[in-house]
Amino acid sequence: MATNYEDRQRGGGGGYDSDDDGDRRPMGGGRGGGRRMHRRRVCRFCIDKVDLIDFKDVKLLQNYLPERGKILPRRISGNCATHQRMLAEAIKRARNIALLPYTTD
Amino acid sequence: MDTKRQYEVVFIVDPTADDDVPKLTESFSQIITDQGGVVTKAETMGKRQLAYEILHHKDGTFVLLEIEGSGREIAELERRMRVNDRVLRYITVRVDEDRRRADKLKDRRARKAAKRPAPGEHRRRGGTMEFAEAAGE
Repeated sequence: MATNYEDRQRGGGGGYDSDDDGDRRPMGGGRGGGRRMHRRRVCRFCIDKVDLIDFKDVKLLQNYLPERGKILPRRISGNCATHQRMLAEAIKRARNIALLPYTTD
Repeated sequence: MDTKRQYEVVFIVDPTADDDVPKLTESFSQIITDQGGVVTKAETMGKRQLAYEILHHKDGTFVLLEIEGSGREIAELERRMRVNDRVLRYITVRVDEDRRRADKLKDRRARKAAKRPAPGEHRRRGGTMEFAEAAGE
């Protein structure tokens, strides 16, 4: 179980973007801003050409639930709007039938 | 109604009543058939841990039914499941529209791939893209 968004993202296969193509967030004074790493903004579902996200696919959905059980935001995962919507819908359905938690503490 | 609707129904059965699962699935399928629907798939997904407790149960047996019909049989099925206390929870999802949309997208992608010229061939010759494409038709 990963402990934060960054770890989760790395597990997702994308990894950090090393080229300097300007999508980096403005980093205040530089000091302590190292956590705000920019990463490749690609929708993994688009790459895999996924048209349908199944709510029974717990393994897949779990990748988008960090340890608190909240839905991973798009700004972290890099999903496109369409797929984020499908994903959120699927996660909510899965929660309804106790395949995924609403919350964990 | 010309096109039949497709549904996926997942329900959770009380793990202490595990032996009843086939019987329960059978009786639910029977309800659907009686109402004029068709059960296209009935699958037991097995016993698994629940993400949270439902009526003090920590795990349950998940059963998936795929149903084709008008939608009226769903109402009856849900009513029965609500009454049955061995069913801890159920969810019904209409899938035909989403599946159709997915097929359409897939189709479009396939067509696009077929239409696209092989790499290297008349692709993006300066500003004459439109002409090149029109001539290619």
